[in-house]
Amino acid sequence: MTDMSTTPAGEYEAQLGDYFALLKPRVMQLVVFTAVVGMLAAPVPVHPVIGFASILFVAIGAGASGALNMWWDADIDAIMRRTQNRPIPSGRVQPKEALAIGVALSGLSVMMLGLAANLLAAGMLLFTILFYAVFYSMWLKRATPQNIVIGGAAGAFPPVIGWIIATGSFSIEAWLMFALIFMWTPPHFWALALFMRNDYDDAKVPMLTVTHGRRATRRHILAYTVLLVILAVGTGFTAIGGPIYLVTSAVLNGMFLLGAIRIWQRDENDSEADNFQVERKFFRLSLWYLFLHFGAILAEATLRGYGLGGWA
Amino acid sequence: MSIRAEHELHTRRRGRNLGIGLMLGGFVLLVMALTYVKITNIDFNNLPGGAIQTQESK
Repeated sequence: MTDMSTTPAGEYEAQLGDYFALLKPRVMQLVVFTAVVGMLAAPVPVHPVIGFASILFVAIGAGASGALNMWWDADIDAIMRRTQNRPIPSGRVQPKEALAIGVALSGLSVMMLGLAANLLAAGMLLFTILFYAVFYSMWLKRATPQNIVIGGAAGAFPPVIGWIIATGSFSIEAWLMFALIFMWTPPHFWALALFMRNDYDDAKVPMLTVTHGRRATRRHILAYTVLLVILAVGTGFTAIGGPIYLVTSAVLNGMFLLGAIRIWQRDENDSEADNFQVERKFFRLSLWYLFLHFGAILAEATLRGYGLGGWA
Repeated sequence: MSIRAEHELHTRRRGRNLGIGLMLGGFVLLVMALTYVKITNIDFNNLPGGAIQTQESK
């Protein structure tokens, strides 16, 4: 029995790239990068084959949670301009296909990570998938303006999983990397919400901009940025930090704080006059901010292998 | 009506099928590599139940 009747000749046939797009490849890049840094920053060396396979399964798990998110959020994705071209709202992939792919890849990735690395890493991956797909997507996102704050944890777990792949246990350094992403997520997404103005309103997603207003969002961006700056610079003095990290972090946090202050000082008239230039710049900077912080942690870890790096 | 060796569906799905085939092949190779690394890196003298007794060591 085949499903030939469901896609008659002439109708669009989903290609591999459409299924791949379900896995949110751009989010996957961030997951892979931070998980690799978490794994390499750990004090226990990992065999390259085991390391490669483990990170691959973490990436597949992240992709699976992305597919489940797209399946659940297909209705609001169809409304928001930013997400209208995703595979389900654009009609390239059927919702039930996304659900099947999400469930199958979740099971495969967790099982294989357990076999390749250890059961604790597999357990954390399962927890992360459930946190993002069920706790965040199905509940938090449509229930509370704190959706981004709490849901940000899902994106913050990969370096912890990377660390567990290497060590088989938790440690304070892993949670510092978690905290860095966790505190970075709200200002990053609230800046996006400021300039993608009507998207969340139209989709009735209770983003802070919708429930508490845009002035309150600007205040929140500044408050979270101040906390993030303290945490990010403070991490420089721990076992995963070092001179390279500290200099990188000091420069980036100076720029980030300046951007947050500018956003806080502006009102809607200023922003509309220049089409949200400051907010857009802050959003772009936030991407570099995270990439370079983890790049610096990786640099310190690599140099440590040669007797350099860190504070020792 | 002549019998067609290849259904039109197969032509439409060629790229997709090739991609899935390559991914499955890669998965098999990865499992083989993982198995090899796991087996060759086991310290048989420090297993939880004690060292494995081979015919020679008995």
